[in-house]
Amino acid sequence: MQQAVNGLFLGSIYALFALGYTLVFGVLDILNLAHAAVFMLASFVALFLVGRSGLHILVAFPLAVLFAGLLGVVLERVAFRPLRARADSNISGLISSIAMATVFEALALWIWGPNVSRFPFGTIPERQFQVAGAVISRLQLTIVAVAVAIFLLLTWLVTRTRLGREVRAVAESPRAARILGVDVDRVIAWSFFISSALGGAAGVLFGLAFNAIQPDMGRGVELKGLAVIILGGMGSMPGAVVAGFALGLTEVFVVAHLGASWRDAISFAGLFLILVLRPRGLFGAAALREA
Amino acid sequence: MEWLQETYATYQSTLAYIGLNGLLALSVYTTLSCGQLALGNAGFAAIGAYAATLLTMKAGAPFGLSLLLGALLPALVAVPLGLPVFRIRGVFLAIATIGFGEVVRIGLVNWEYVNGAQGIVAIPQKASVGLVWICLAGALFVLSRIRGSKWGFALEAIREDEPAARTMGIHTARYKLAMLVLGAALAGLAGGLEAHFTFMVAPNGFSFGRVVDMLVFAVVGGAGAFYGPAIGAAFLTLLPEVLREVSPHLGIEPGPLRMLVNGLVLLAVILFLPQGLVSLPAWWRERLASRRSA
Amino acid sequence: MSAGLLQVEQLERTFGGLRAVDGASFAVRPGEVHGLIGPNGAGKTTVINLVSGLLAPTGGEIVLEGRPIHGLPPHDIAGRGVARTFQNIRLFPELTARDNVLVGQHRRRRPSLAARMLLLRSAREEERQAGERAAALLTQVGLSERVAERARNLSYGEQRRVEIARALASEPRLLLLDEPTAGMNPVEVQAVAALIRQVASGGRSVLLVEHNVRLVMDVCHRITVLNFGRVIAEGTPAEVSRDPAVIAAYLGNPK
Repeated sequence: MQQAVNGLFLGSIYALFALGYTLVFGVLDILNLAHAAVFMLASFVALFLVGRSGLHILVAFPLAVLFAGLLGVVLERVAFRPLRARADSNISGLISSIAMATVFEALALWIWGPNVSRFPFGTIPERQFQVAGAVISRLQLTIVAVAVAIFLLLTWLVTRTRLGREVRAVAESPRAARILGVDVDRVIAWSFFISSALGGAAGVLFGLAFNAIQPDMGRGVELKGLAVIILGGMGSMPGAVVAGFALGLTEVFVVAHLGASWRDAISFAGLFLILVLRPRGLFGAAALREA
Repeated sequence: MEWLQETYATYQSTLAYIGLNGLLALSVYTTLSCGQLALGNAGFAAIGAYAATLLTMKAGAPFGLSLLLGALLPALVAVPLGLPVFRIRGVFLAIATIGFGEVVRIGLVNWEYVNGAQGIVAIPQKASVGLVWICLAGALFVLSRIRGSKWGFALEAIREDEPAARTMGIHTARYKLAMLVLGAALAGLAGGLEAHFTFMVAPNGFSFGRVVDMLVFAVVGGAGAFYGPAIGAAFLTLLPEVLREVSPHLGIEPGPLRMLVNGLVLLAVILFLPQGLVSLPAWWRERLASRRSA
Repeated sequence: MSAGLLQVEQLERTFGGLRAVDGASFAVRPGEVHGLIGPNGAGKTTVINLVSGLLAPTGGEIVLEGRPIHGLPPHDIAGRGVARTFQNIRLFPELTARDNVLVGQHRRRRPSLAARMLLLRSAREEERQAGERAAALLTQVGLSERVAERARNLSYGEQRRVEIARALASEPRLLLLDEPTAGMNPVEVQAVAALIRQVASGGRSVLLVEHNVRLVMDVCHRITVLNFGRVIAEGTPAEVSRDPAVIAAYLGNPK
């Protein structure tokens, strides 16, 4: 039971992160390898707002998420939009996003240094509950609650709003969407905003959860995010959520029963298995699209 | 003559790294030359480095044999990695190879026989600058012979339009796999050389950041020509030497500054000079010509 | 009829709910120029994609010289002597006209990599011959002046001709041409017509998808007419042009 709680808690962060990843892939068919750098920078910004400016975390969190979203828009303008017309935009987009990730990480290194930074004590007051034999901290509860709230908000956004319909139309076929009068550039910019905001939210929550923020913290999550979106099916949002929780739970159980050093092996073992057995993932459909 | 020797002693390591980075850049170029992005070359280099090191230190194998097997082993590993991936779309190669590189690194960290994260030290220094450069020259020769052959045209066709290439009778998956294997061998060779030049190997030397470096070398130099990556590696290996001099004036540490410059240079090249530095002369000529005709 | 080089039986391909090709059957004889015509959306290009292997059929059979080829990967089908051009030109844009044709020779060139590594003369000789063949093919399509030009810098009509040369470079038994004269001026169209006749007189078969009705009537021995993925008529140009079903299909959907 305790493990299930911990797994859900970890999984909610993975799911948030992977949602952002998969959203951009679904819309643009491009992998944004700077997603993890946004995750990391948002965490630092939240830390800065709480630590230096003394803001309450409830104020700092949305500000950091907003910052991440805007960073996503910048990312799209600088690294993806200029390449969109190119024949090899898939590869050059991957490369330019790696370039942006490197720049972001270098900036974090420059500003905050390579060492671990921590939120000040008492950012989220520590309290623990006993539920059905498991100990749940207020922090964990808050994180899962925030993640679930974001999932619901996103579901509403995608299924009920005009922007959501337009995003789905562009994902289906940018050309058809343009003919139908959708402002494709605007939709793509919004997709990046939402995607990066999700990544940023995951970053802040991750920073709070483990209270260890450093410039290379995105690396490990990036690989897990990739495993999650492959498992869930590239571009599938429900798939990312389910796979995110599945990875979180599996990792926690593996650590408990096999030892911590095996934890990271899980996501990669899963990744390869899926690539060999079912490349479209659990929920994906179009992974084998022919050119 | 004395100053020459002194300069050589000072810059020996830089010279060796120009060669090593050149090999690593070429290992990324092999797959790029047929339009595929493989990002697991730090893993291949790690396998080569550890294999060669263990052969030298534990098995007492002659250095040449260690190097050879250090290049062969990653090449063998690349086959089962590439086989499933090349049947599906290009982006999966990037993902699978990122995962692969990380698996190798984590595996080495957890492998006590090779001292885990500490790595292996006191490896006999058997690789000289000259040997590194000979290996680089050999790799360049092989790649130059591929260019212009039936094989080379197949690669270019795959890069430009893969489905069309298939209708010409080109077994595209086989060529892509061959280039992944060749790249793995080059990375493994570089790994073995590096271990025997710096006397040490450690898992952290083969992180994803290392792959980013290789990619930057290849793309900045120019992945359209086989010699481009080697030029990019030379340019970007010398650049930090310059940056180290400037960094105090900018108030930024050399480490982050190098990363920042790497990132910005990569971005600038991919946006404005997609064929890399080697296309600069042609780009310049074209500009002059268009100005004259205007 | 059974002496077909290519035999297409009850071919079917659906995209989601749409039946692009719906039980089409026809045969192409050796040395024949066979027209495949029909209104827009009749499924002609889909047939070409199915025969060349870029798409797999959802039903039916494609038999080449007595052996089924449906569902084989495109490089295997090319290896059995099928070459094609594309409706939306797909040359390798950064390669020169000559190099495009060299790629087309892929399956009939000897591997020379080992010999090249050893700097043997045999490799250089093989390359010289391949280069000469490429130049000869480009001359045949009237592009001897444009050999060294990058494909992307060529005009539309020139690109179409390079595509034909590239397809011929594999010395195919069956050449699939998908609208080879789209966007060409009348002079170029005449040149292509002459080229198609020349190819067929060499014993090769051509399956020609074309909107230019005059050209089709001019060069085809026989014609299959598709509408909504089904064969509605087949016969000589004269027979087909008198067929009431064909007239209805075209008049019901002009252009």
